[in-house]
Amino acid sequence: MKTFLILGAGTGGTMVANKMAEILDTQEWRIVIVDRDETHYYQPGFLFIPFGTYSPSDVVKPKRNFLPPQVDVIFSDIELIEPDKNRVKLGRAKKTINYDYLVISTGSHIHPEETPGLDDEAAWMKNVFPFYTLEGATKLGNFLKFWKGGRMVLNISEMPIKCPVAPLEFLFLADWFFHERGIRDKVEIVFATPLPGAFTKPRASAVLGGMLDDKGINLQPEFTIMEVDHAKQVIRSYDETEIGYDLLVTIPTNMGAEVIGHSGMGDELNFVPANKHTLQSDKWENVWIIGDAGNVPASKAGSVAHFMLDVLIENIHRHMEGLEPLPDFDGHANCYIESGFEKGVLIDFNYDVEPLPGKYPLPGFGPFSLLKESYANHWGKMMFRWMYWNILLKGGEMPFESQMSMAGKWE
Amino acid sequence: MTALNTITLNEEGFMTNPAEWTEDIATVLAEKEGITLTDAHWAIINFSREKAADSGAAPTLRQITQGIGITTKELFALYPKGPAKKVAKISGLGKPEGCV
Repeated sequence: MKTFLILGAGTGGTMVANKMAEILDTQEWRIVIVDRDETHYYQPGFLFIPFGTYSPSDVVKPKRNFLPPQVDVIFSDIELIEPDKNRVKLGRAKKTINYDYLVISTGSHIHPEETPGLDDEAAWMKNVFPFYTLEGATKLGNFLKFWKGGRMVLNISEMPIKCPVAPLEFLFLADWFFHERGIRDKVEIVFATPLPGAFTKPRASAVLGGMLDDKGINLQPEFTIMEVDHAKQVIRSYDETEIGYDLLVTIPTNMGAEVIGHSGMGDELNFVPANKHTLQSDKWENVWIIGDAGNVPASKAGSVAHFMLDVLIENIHRHMEGLEPLPDFDGHANCYIESGFEKGVLIDFNYDVEPLPGKYPLPGFGPFSLLKESYANHWGKMMFRWMYWNILLKGGEMPFESQMSMAGKWE
Repeated sequence: MTALNTITLNEEGFMTNPAEWTEDIATVLAEKEGITLTDAHWAIINFSREKAADSGAAPTLRQITQGIGITTKELFALYPKGPAKKVAKISGLGKPEGCV
């Protein structure tokens, strides 16, 4: 009996488990998935919790519900991965699993302790909140409900981060939320980012930067945070620039799982080096990555994990048959950006083509406007939660192509 | 500025062909960023070019600080504002891949 082992049962790992369960012969293969947490989080939903649009119960379901019965599910932390010996030691489950194939889908997580002063007890979750965790998003929601206004600073510690458009969406939704609460004139919104503009890609950055301007949101580019001085309520950059805050919303440093680091499999941020087109580990040919656990320079987002899926499954299958993997993953990302007031912007891009304006043809639903605000884009985003729980996680057919297409885009 | 006539820059100001890079070009590109290159600057440029030749990508801020053994603060003193991006530009490399 051979073992196909998946580490991490988030978006990527769950999809892989479902696909492999369809493909592999259960007489020959045992599929095992390991995760430390029994709860599946719909992470794109965290964004809506601070503003009361979603409640915590809207974004959690048991992981077991999304995994097929023939997959062996183990809830345990992972103590050590030994890729030279093809085995993984589990902590809580006190087991060692020998594998033939390993898929790493352990994701990325926030690390506020990387920035001095950021998680200081006196301020953390009091007037300094992350929204990339359910706890942070929920506590920020409680804070915002009763906030009378002041200066709200949103800061990105360093790149790369999971879902690089989420900070912008947070700003747009906050602007809308404060309007609705009738306190927009009492809130100053500042966006302090290490990037040179609103976003990573120049044309989208210009459009999104213009939207920040229109909404009266103050952009502070090239601000790389050195420390938080919570006594003075300022964040300070390496260039000694200070920005004062009453409320600090932070996107701390994102890193891969710690077990990747202490197993000697990661880069400086514990992301697993892998081929950006085949998704195979650079070092071990039976080790593969999906989603944000790898170091491939694509957006760390669920849509990207979904676009990786077909290429990954095909390549693993080819490898099992003794064939070379195909360089078919093009870095495709597709992001609905909430822009407030029931509107949204859609961007679609890959490694080589930055987000362009035009129309995104989506059979049965679209077309959706690209790089331009529309009501349909907002409803596309809200509809996506249903698709995520009911189709995407189970590896079902989605109306999106894995590779980016130029159809409908204007150059 | 004649050195710049021999190279192609993309719309973000990064050289499109690292093979066109010379030390003179680095000096001119640095001046454009308001930086006069010292030995400390060169150590970082040389490290970045070696790293890129090896991995195919310009190093990130963390790769530079950990690779050379300097603090982020020291790196910012040498290359103010976005150091990873400035180092990549002056070293004739593409945009660092952390920016996705």
